[in-house]
Amino acid sequence: MAVEFNWLQVIDFLPELVTGLYYTLLISVVGLAIGFILGGVFGLGRIANNKVIKGISTVYVEIIRGTPVLVQAIWIYFALPLIIGFEIESIIAGIIVIALNSGAYIAEIVRGAVQSIDRGQAEAGRSLGLNHSQTMRYIIWPQAFKRMIPPLGNQFIISIKDTSLLSVILVPELIFQGRLIAANHFNAVEIYTTVAVFYLAITLTLSFILRVIERRLDIQ
Amino acid sequence: MIEVKDLHKSFGKNKVLKGINCEIQPSEVVCVIGPSGSGKSTFLRCLNMLESITKGDVIVDGNHLNDPKVNINLVRTEVGMVFQQFNLFPHKKVIENLMLAPCKVRHLSTKEARNRAMKLLEKVGLADKADQYPQQLSGGQQQRVAIARALAMEPKMMLFDEPTSALDPELVGEVLEVMKQLAKEGMTMFVVTHEMGFAREVGDRVIFMDDGVIVEEGEPDQIFTNPQSDRTKEFLNKIL
Repeated sequence: MAVEFNWLQVIDFLPELVTGLYYTLLISVVGLAIGFILGGVFGLGRIANNKVIKGISTVYVEIIRGTPVLVQAIWIYFALPLIIGFEIESIIAGIIVIALNSGAYIAEIVRGAVQSIDRGQAEAGRSLGLNHSQTMRYIIWPQAFKRMIPPLGNQFIISIKDTSLLSVILVPELIFQGRLIAANHFNAVEIYTTVAVFYLAITLTLSFILRVIERRLDIQ
Repeated sequence: MIEVKDLHKSFGKNKVLKGINCEIQPSEVVCVIGPSGSGKSTFLRCLNMLESITKGDVIVDGNHLNDPKVNINLVRTEVGMVFQQFNLFPHKKVIENLMLAPCKVRHLSTKEARNRAMKLLEKVGLADKADQYPQQLSGGQQQRVAIARALAMEPKMMLFDEPTSALDPELVGEVLEVMKQLAKEGMTMFVVTHEMGFAREVGDRVIFMDDGVIVEEGEPDQIFTNPQSDRTKEFLNKIL
């Protein structure tokens, strides 16, 4: 027996879906912004001469990389409050998860990019009398940053998709809203397809922006 | 100007320099020759501490480099260096390559740095390339820019680490010409090279190194026409 699909009724649920989209974007943007800072700090920590800094950075990266995002989300939302003694709002928990998770992967991207710059570049800077941080700032970073953009774009897309896992900790993001609607109105095909299209719209837009940036940077 | 006393350098268990003694006077042009793996480049890189010193003393312009209190960045501002692979900054235009260190280290204004950079580019014959990126230049042109970049700090001496070894043969001449000019102007130069013609014509002194030690040194004519050591003779026979 064929099921009748009513695609037009999706319009009725757009307010809820747009709310979900808003939280998906909010958590992605804030989480990735913090993740970017974490990645920069721990990425440089991974190549620091100081053994303690290097050790802390390595432990952070290995723990995050070695556990599933879903486990991290559940642990931070359900387990961490029992340790620290107060609850964490689900949206805040969601931002923490995305930030910590993307931070670890971005740290590896930063490390790889900095280490990929030829040693001669740093030597040339130092031989001119620039100190270590000037050499990093004016010579290594600008070149490393350019190389970071393709893998960073990749990580941004992965993290955006990872926000869908936050529905298990009750973050009212896209798929969470979709499940609520579909459960009440028995319109799984219409709603879940729309949700998928929303995700695709975000990631395709991001891909496009990244391609433009890459092209611009290649001009020289 | 440079004094080297019993310089040793090891990489792990691998002993590369085994006790080097040497002095370089102001305005002197010293050329170092020798087979690959003899420690020439490592020796040169110890003179501005791109390699740490394992044992011994290097005194540059009165600064003992192995003294932890010495500000190595300050010493390096007086010691220009030119690399085999040029090592120009690919994300900066030619003129910006020359302006970076004078602006950030010597605190010149942008205008002063630009004027100085243009003068140096004229000197190496590349004023018309100021606004291009290094990749757009030939190897010989890149190396001339690299020399100008080092000179932009107005150093008291210059180190050249095989400056023509990465160049196509027809581009070697233009770089040597710039170096010759520099020598004529009285720059103190320490040159690791395989260009025997240059060493002979421009060098005040030639050092032959092998296996981490200075085997023989003297005036170019004497080294090239009447070498005393068998190892020098053997090396010169192979390459000349």
